[in-house]
Amino acid sequence: MDKKKITISPVTRIEGHARVTIFLNDDGKVDEAYLHIDQFRGFEKFSEGRYFAEMPVITPRICGICPISHHLASAKATDDILGVEIPKVAKLLRELIHMGQIIQSHSMHFFELAGPDLILGWDADPRIRNVVGLIQANPELALKAVKLRKYGQRIIELVAGRRIHPTFAIPGGVNQALSEEARDEILSGIDEMISYIQEGIKIALDFIEKNKELCDKFASFPSGYMGLVKEDGSLELYDGKIRFMDKFGNVVKEFKEKYYLKYIGERVEDWSYLKFPYYKPFGWPEGVYRVGPLGRLNASDKISTPLANEEFKKYKEMDNGKPVEGSIYYHYARLIETIYALERAREILEDPEVMSKDTFVTGKPTNEEGIGVVEAPRGTLIHHYWVDEKGTIEKVNLIVSTGHNNWAMSKAVELVAKGFIDGKNLTEGMLNRVEGAIRCYDPCLSCSTHAIGKMPIVIELYDSKGNLINFVKRD
Amino acid sequence: MKKIKVASIWCESCSGCHMSILDMDERLVELINKGLELNATPITDLKVPDDDTDIGIIEGAVATDHHEEEVKMMREKCKFIVAIGDCAVFGGIVTMRNYVPLNELLKRGYIETESTVDGKIPTSPELGKHLPKVKAVNEVIKVDYYIPGCPPSADAIYHVLKEILEGKTPVLTGELLKYE
Repeated sequence: MDKKKITISPVTRIEGHARVTIFLNDDGKVDEAYLHIDQFRGFEKFSEGRYFAEMPVITPRICGICPISHHLASAKATDDILGVEIPKVAKLLRELIHMGQIIQSHSMHFFELAGPDLILGWDADPRIRNVVGLIQANPELALKAVKLRKYGQRIIELVAGRRIHPTFAIPGGVNQALSEEARDEILSGIDEMISYIQEGIKIALDFIEKNKELCDKFASFPSGYMGLVKEDGSLELYDGKIRFMDKFGNVVKEFKEKYYLKYIGERVEDWSYLKFPYYKPFGWPEGVYRVGPLGRLNASDKISTPLANEEFKKYKEMDNGKPVEGSIYYHYARLIETIYALERAREILEDPEVMSKDTFVTGKPTNEEGIGVVEAPRGTLIHHYWVDEKGTIEKVNLIVSTGHNNWAMSKAVELVAKGFIDGKNLTEGMLNRVEGAIRCYDPCLSCSTHAIGKMPIVIELYDSKGNLINFVKRD
Repeated sequence: MKKIKVASIWCESCSGCHMSILDMDERLVELINKGLELNATPITDLKVPDDDTDIGIIEGAVATDHHEEEVKMMREKCKFIVAIGDCAVFGGIVTMRNYVPLNELLKRGYIETESTVDGKIPTSPELGKHLPKVKAVNEVIKVDYYIPGCPPSADAIYHVLKEILEGKTPVLTGELLKYE
């Protein structure tokens, strides 16, 4: 039987260089759907021959939206090469800028990128369904969104010297101590920012309540879940053990980062430049899993800070204690994590050691390999370097956050396509729902290739002879 | 004050320059209120810039055939082209791949990497074609203004946009011209 093909392509192709192809069968129903990630940068190869200490400065250029994640995963890998335990203050300050990045990245995504759908509506006029429309519709809320992102970026600027691509974390620690002015400025804003995020939570919960059936069905599917946890099983974003949970909610394995190759494999598909990680002991495709806010909250038992934990209890009830499967719940999970990041920033700043001036230790490259793992806003990020005796990089392996969700994004697209596409009557609202499925995952496609905001899209429907029979576009 | 239409794209880059645009914080809202109109950008829904766009901001180097088409399209639609950030200005960190043959880059990424199982190099016609060498934007089209930096500071970006809004020719000096 001949298949008909629909291509959804960001026409400008710059918006994350992702496109979707959907195959229909003869009665106009969706047969298969593919999400193509169309960018390859080559960092794993061209870093070979560089000095290991340069990596925390080179690798953030993988992504300007979460450069701190790469900066820190890289710095941790270089600590490992030195074979040193870094001072406590260095850990605290690294985690602090990490919290800053979680706050800026998560709040930007919710309010400025995904928010227009939830606040203005899925079927709102596409000309206003964006952040500018949000500024017009609710200037007060839009200004809060700007301030939230600014606050997160300001933490990074005050502690690390600049907002994007700082040179703060070095092999063995960090290169400057915290000033009292910086500490006081950050502390003074925490409560106000928490109140803004709570407004966001109100919007998200209101949307969930009014659209419960949609949220439970929309791009909802079982998968494994993965994320870092603390020793007691609570949510961790900077430094913990990797926990893998199966689709029933059972903890299958907890392992230290150095064993990641034993448990995570990456599959290559011909139709995407982004690889597909899976849990090796289960094999492919049984071992597919999700990461990021929903993956992490599903994999955690609790959250160690009070306000975030109260929300976490509500989150866990969304599916009666079972892992939450609906992709839309990513938005809610993202906001809960932002509360945690704000509360955790306060804990760090109140730690008696945070003002210590002894911010690094020094040493020579002693280990042939170094592995660094952090929970980036979008999921588990792994940097693995091999060096010679002088510290020159011989090999690099990176598994990037959005990559883990590659299968899930494809699955979400396929399910939403099957649920909403009627090949005989294509509509713009259907388009936005397919996009919305991808948007739940906040794909950082620069780390593979990144899309911020909306994808201008054209869907073309061809018959089996290649004749264009219908198309929809959104200008 | 007259409206100024601004469009932007990113090619082979990390999107950090666009983050630096957002780092203008409240000043971005101020510019919008002063007459800066966001046309086709990654944060709006427009597909291609209007034919009478005033400023086209390009982030990133030119690395694929798609990028070449996109920057040419921007040149056609926009009165002034601003190359923003080191990748657009001279190729930046992305040009590190120019010292390695393309097939070796792909082989490492998709076959040799330790976590890859039964790898292969993707060849689907749906995917873009990499150019043998990454290029700066001015190797493909004429560029009118350059804002260097990795990324340029929000202050520098604000200065350039504000000057253009006020009908002046932007010049970066002192603190605003930092190669970092």
